[in-house]
Formats: sequence, C-alpha cells, structure tokens
Amino acid sequence: MSTNFSVVGKSLPRSDARIKAVGAARYCDDIIRPGMLFGKILRSPVAHAKILNIDVSKAKALPGVKSVITADDTLKIRFGNWRLVPESQDELPLATDKVRFIGDEVAAVAAIDKDIAEEALSLIKVDYEELPGAFSVDESMAEGAPVIHEANPNNISLQRKIDYGDLDQGFADSHLILDNEFTVHATSHAYMEPCSCVAEYDHDGRLTIWTSTQTPYFVQCLLAQTLGMRENDIRVIKPFVGGGFGGKMELRKWEFCAAFMARETGRPVKFTLTRSEELTTGRRRHPMKIRSKIGFSKDGIILAKEFTAYLDGGAYNSMGPTAAFLCGNFGGMLYRHPNYRYNGYHVYTNKPPAGAMRGFGAPQALFVAETQMNMAAQELGMDPLDIRLKNAMVTGDEIPGVAKISSCGFKESLLKVAEMTNWREKRKNLKKGQGIGIGCYSFISGGVFNWFNTRYNFTRAEVRAFDDGTVHLLTMASDIGQGCDTVLRQILAEELGLEVKDIRLTAADTAVTPQADLGTWGSRVTLMAGNAVRKAAAEIKEQLFKVVSMKFDLNVIHDMACKDGRIYAKNRPDRGIDFGEAVRLAQRANRGDPIIGYGSYTPRNKGLVTPAFSFGAQVAEVEVDLETGAIEVKEMNTAHDCGTPINPMSVEGQLEGSVHMGLGYALSEQFIMKGGKTLTSTFLDYKIPCAEDMPPGKSVHIDTYEPEGPFGAKEAGEGLVSPTAPAIADAVCHATGYRCMDLPITPEKVLKGLGKL
Amino acid sequence: MKQTISLQVNGDTYQLAVNPWRTLNEVLREDLKLTGTKLGCGTGDCGACTVLVDGKSVSSCLTLAIEVQGKEITTIEGMAPNAEELHPIQESFIQKGAIQCGFCTPGMIMSTAYLLNNNHNPTEQEIRAGLSGNLCRCTGYNKIVDAIQDAAEKLREDK
Repeated sequence: MSTNFSVVGKSLPRSDARIKAVGAARYCDDIIRPGMLFGKILRSPVAHAKILNIDVSKAKALPGVKSVITADDTLKIRFGNWRLVPESQDELPLATDKVRFIGDEVAAVAAIDKDIAEEALSLIKVDYEELPGAFSVDESMAEGAPVIHEANPNNISLQRKIDYGDLDQGFADSHLILDNEFTVHATSHAYMEPCSCVAEYDHDGRLTIWTSTQTPYFVQCLLAQTLGMRENDIRVIKPFVGGGFGGKMELRKWEFCAAFMARETGRPVKFTLTRSEELTTGRRRHPMKIRSKIGFSKDGIILAKEFTAYLDGGAYNSMGPTAAFLCGNFGGMLYRHPNYRYNGYHVYTNKPPAGAMRGFGAPQALFVAETQMNMAAQELGMDPLDIRLKNAMVTGDEIPGVAKISSCGFKESLLKVAEMTNWREKRKNLKKGQGIGIGCYSFISGGVFNWFNTRYNFTRAEVRAFDDGTVHLLTMASDIGQGCDTVLRQILAEELGLEVKDIRLTAADTAVTPQADLGTWGSRVTLMAGNAVRKAAAEIKEQLFKVVSMKFDLNVIHDMACKDGRIYAKNRPDRGIDFGEAVRLAQRANRGDPIIGYGSYTPRNKGLVTPAFSFGAQVAEVEVDLETGAIEVKEMNTAHDCGTPINPMSVEGQLEGSVHMGLGYALSEQFIMKGGKTLTSTFLDYKIPCAEDMPPGKSVHIDTYEPEGPFGAKEAGEGLVSPTAPAIADAVCHATGYRCMDLPITPEKVLKGLGKL
Repeated sequence: MKQTISLQVNGDTYQLAVNPWRTLNEVLREDLKLTGTKLGCGTGDCGACTVLVDGKSVSSCLTLAIEVQGKEITTIEGMAPNAEELHPIQESFIQKGAIQCGFCTPGMIMSTAYLLNNNHNPTEQEIRAGLSGNLCRCTGYNKIVDAIQDAAEKLREDK
C-alpha cells in the first residue's frame, strides 16, 4: 500500500532528534528568565481533614519571599476538563475548607531562590481537624463511609452506562457462564521529565506560560477560567516535553499558582516538581475492581456479557469520567458481543487522584476481558487462539449505537502472531514452569466526544507556502515525545511533493498556532491533526494548480500532480514548474497576498467513541521458578494493525515502549500504600523496567487501510500497552496453573496460588 | 558560606562561588546554564543527569560541585566536536530511532560514552548492563541498544 508514497511510510529519523542528541532541546525547567522567582507548593500531610486555619505570616516575613498564596487569595473557581458537565468540575486551585488526599495543594510560595522557597514552606502553619478517610472503593461505598465531596454523599461521583441487546436472553441461552471479580492496581506515568512551568506577566495584561503539557489549549482555557482573565490574554507555549502518557493533560495547580504569582509580583515564576512529588501526589492509572459475567454457547460463541467496573478515582474526578466510559467500551470490544451491558462507577477515595494514563481505561478492561477469554477457552477445552478467531470483530462490524468498525486487522493479527511464535506447537509441548500466553487489544484513534466543550474544531492546521520552495506548517498539535512533529511533516511533505527538510513547523503556541487543538491524548493526533494538515495542503495545491494550468493553457480534463518539488499535468510531466515558481506566480496573481491553506478536522457521525479502531495480538513466553515464584519473560511477540504506518521506525519505537510499560504494569510497578500515604516515593521503590528487564521480541505490522485516516493511518503505540499484562498472566497460568486475577503478578502471589505460601 | 571553586567543563575553566551543598547538577544547570544535563529524580536512580568526571560516568545529582574541582567534566554539550559534526554516538542515536521524548537522551549518551570507552566491542548483554543505571520510559530500550551497537561499530572502524 505504502509503496506509491515518497515520504509517508518511510522510517525517517525524528526531525527533533538532532537537537535532543546534542542537549540543546529546551524543556520547561531549562527555561531561565530574567528576575525569575522559584515557586514551591505546600501539600497536605493528612488524607482527609478540615482546614481550620492557615497562618502564612511568618513565611511572608522571611526575607526573599515575594508571594505566599492560599485559597483565600484566589477567586475559588472550580475547574476540570469535563466542562460539558460543570458539576464534574470538582477541583479548586488551592484547597478550600478541606483537604482530601495526602499531597492536596494547600498553599504556594514564590521566592528569590529555591532554598528560601523551601524554608518559607516550613514556616506556614496549617491547623487541620482530621477526618476519617476511605482508601478503597469498598471503604468508600460502605454504609456510613466518610463523605469526601459534599455534593456526592455516597462517594460515587458519576456513573457511565452502555447497554445493547437482550442480556437476560443471552445468558439464558448460554452453555457456559463465567462470573468473576478482578482487581487492577494503580501505576505511575513515570515520564522522565518532572512537571515544570514558567509564567510571566508582561504588564500589558498578557500572561505567558511555558509548561510541560500535552494540552496547551486546555491550560489556556482553564487558566482564564480560574484567574478571571480572558482566553486571549493568556498565551500557553509548550516547549520540548519529556513524555506525558496522559499525566500532563489537565490544568495543574502549580500552573495556576505560577500564573497567579507572576501576575501578582510582576516577575516570572517557575515551579518544577520533584520526583517524589510526582510519585507520591501525581496522577496515576485508575485502580479498579471489575466484575465480569460472560456467557458462551457450547461451541464458544459469546452470547452475553455484563461488565461492571468500580474505578478508584482518588480525591477528584480528573479524567475519571472518560476512563469510566472507555473501560466499558473496551470491555465489549475485540469480539462480537450481541448482548452487552456495562456499568461504570467512579468512586472517590482519599488518595491521589487517578487520571488519564496510556490506554485510558483499556488496560484495566482488557486485562479482565482477555483473562476471562483465556479462562473460557480452558473451560470449553478450546485453544485460546480459536475462541478468539471465532468471536473476532471484522471490518464492517457494528456495535449498536456505539461504533462502526471501519478497518480491522484483528483476525490477521491473531493468525500472524500464532505463526510467529509457533503457538499451537508450544501451547501443547512446554515443560512445567514454562508457559506461553496470549492477550489482545483494540484502541481508539482519538475520541469523538467533546467533554471539553470546545467551540473550535477539534484540530486545525495552517500551511503557508513560500516562493523558495518551502512551506511553514502551524499547528497546535503537541509533540510530547511521540513524534507528531515528524509525522505531520511527513504527511504534509507527501501531500505537497516536498521533502521533510522543506517544511518548517511551529507548534503548540496558543498565540501563534491556529485555534484550536484538543492536545495529545487518546492517540488522536496522527488521524485528526493529520487530516487537518492534508486539507490545508489541498487548499495550497488548489491555488498552485490554477496558475500552472493557466501558464500552460492546460485543457480542463488534465489532472494535476504535486510531486518531487514540481507542479505539473499528470499525463504531461513536461508541462509544469517548480513548487517555488508556482508559489511565486500564484502570489503575483494574488496581487501580493501570501499563499496560505487552512484545514480543520472534527469527527462527525462517527458514533460515540472514535473514528477508527486499531487492533492487535500479543504472545508472551515466560519461565517461572516454581521454588521462588520469580517470573522471567523470555519473549514478547506482537502482530498489530495500525492502518498505514506513516513512520514505521517511530511506530516500532512506540510499540517497544508499550511493551516496557505493559511489562511494568504486569510485574514490577505498583504503589505501596499505607492508608492514604504513598510509600513508593523514588524510582528505587517504584520499579519501572530497565534495559536488562526487557524481553526480546518482534512486532509485525498487519497491512490495512483506514478510510478515515490520513493515507490510511490510525492509532499506534498506545493500545499496545493493554495486551501485555493478560498475555503474561496467561503464560504464567500455562506454566504453573496459577491464574492471576489481581494485578500485578508477583512471585508471592504465584507461590500463594500454588499453595506454597 | 560560599566557596570559590574552579571547574573544568567541556575544556573550559569556570571560576565560581558556590555553597558547599550544591550538587554538580545544580551548578551545571543553574550557574553555568548548561541545561543539556537533565534532572529526572535527584536520587541517583534514573541516570538522566549522567556526566563524565575524568572519563567516568557519574550521577551529577549525587555529586557535590566542590568534590570535582580539578577534574575534567564532560557533559552532553561537550560531545559533538562542533556545530556541524556530531559524535558517532549521537549520530547513531538519531539514525536508529533511539530518541523519543529525549529527556533521558543526554544521560544515555554519556553512559554510552563511558561504556564504549571501556569496552570497544560489547555484547548486547553488556550494553544492557551498561544502561542499568539509566531509565527510559518511551523506547523500551531496544532502539537505544541498536544505536549503541551501531556506534560501537563506527568507533571501531574509526580506530
């Protein structure tokens, strides 16, 4: 499919790789502004308490301290990403009356250096009246549980439902019904760059903030809302960002504080979090308790499924409403579920809020759904591969009222990964302690939902063409390390017949780049921003085709081409001129006005979830030490369908990164909590896999073409975080007979499962 | 009480007055404005702050600036011979797709420099062991390992 392309489908090095390799890429904490102050946040040391009094007088009196703020200094305006549902906006810029988790932001200081800021924090005296806390969904939903938000006396902040078909009939017809409860744990994004921001006020009423964010537009809007300013008075600039994985897609309290204090003091203010702040108080993946009841016919066809999830949301809603919906969506994906019901409950607890994290509800749902498929195969005496092939979704399938599958390489992925791993042979003939297991995934290519309630299109691109044969692409799409700056350049270069080096890019600056873009999350950028870029390019081409057609007096039946730096008649390549020359002529014809193209994209009539789903299958091979319970992942192989890969090397890199994160989710990463206190506060305790932990493995791309995506592309690199844990869990079960139903899979659990502990 | 020290960084000598508790990372980033060296954890666990001190890789976040007086310090800014030319390790990281968000990259490259200075022909296992002090959240390490193998080969050819 990709053979006809010049730039799309090529494994080009990232366009920002060189600046990163020489250490010249400026991340937020690298920004130094004249007269800059250093901010620090005072956080709650208790999990649930009333704030009786805050005394900041001593802190304010400390020489070098320029600002100390508490909630009383602010407008106390609630905020949150779900602007469409105002009652879901449950956070205030600083804690007001009450704190709800250890780490809740109570006050902030800005001083002339970090040491003074630190000292000032120790001089703030807060009187708390401690309240009983609730630290799990069970505790929060129990009779008489402490109420965390007055507006939600039962601690359930919202419920999401999906319901189609006739569930009762489906179960009544079932030959086998499994009804199981699973729990999945919280994990950290653990992006390498700790969050940072610098705010500056220009004394003309405009506030500029450089911040480590995935969503500059959200930050702009929500800062305006909470500061009582106009959106156009706030400029958000995303510098280089050192990873996000969902953890940097909301307005954060320190962004508010930096902006507020910059406006108050007239000096730039920087906040940079410590790793311990990140790990103990930062957003995390939702822990969940999930009950799944599924019914099968005698020959392994799914007849009904009831999926119920309780999301441990921590102290605030954050992105919980979306995770609650997507969890239900992915509980019913991959296979044809004729009758499906989902209920998701977002439950408050006195813990750090959970938010969006790579997979966004899918890793939890798919650990459960895929593990249960493996259990069902076992019960029915089927190969786990066969039960999947029998039920797998295919192109054209519809989920009633929810989505239509416009391209699907799932069956092909299953067959391919089986072939790659010699699945059937190995599944039968391994020694005790050795196992092979399977897990699969599907994911979204961006969401169709508009919970942010934007008044703009979901994304927009502007392309300016120059008579030196170059173009300038302006987009608010945010590269946080996933590579969209490169991919969007490739898409534009392909469309205009230019080389990537001919394309200048300015991205993610709300004052300069076109309104608006919803940011980097849910694997939306390639498909959505890519489509906008293509449309903008089409406008440029239209203008250039006109002047070339006129210059050569071309018959109207001629089709025009834009390739290899030239604009010409497709069937008469000699009748054409260089791209730059065409721009020069078009500009002359325009009487001096520049050649500009605009393109927007908003998914419409695409159901309730996404314009396009990706699919894939993964096989894990493990060896388990039956004496110690230690698990070694020997190999991890993947076959996946991401439509047309725009940059195969980049896709591969993200898939390898997904395996890393999935491996950590399955085996080594977890927050050890004592009540509301997070004990794992460093990377020594919070164990993300290192280079030696990574298993070898291959990934094979299944060639499909997604009609809604640019050049046939769709999601890559996020969904693949999901199959790893269920695949490893299945392999461990195959090796030992122990079936893990509560992540992570630890040696202790294996030994307990085998009755050895 | 600040102490006057002299630091040799990337071939330049800097006279500085620093508090004795300041880390090399703080002095590089804040006093010398050499912000290529990152700070990812501050506890020596992630390796993003790795620099070379007399050719040995160290965590600059755990090293006091006053400890390294008179020693030769190399940071990521000192790796490329000039603005046009890159160090072969940098070149390999770019070409092999070893860089995604890039935050771990300076530390990775410095650890690689130490590794390849001491082992011209490392096995994959030795490379992975050599990176055990450097965390990356984006790449899954495989492309970094590829890049290091590629760089090792180029460096051997250059000799």
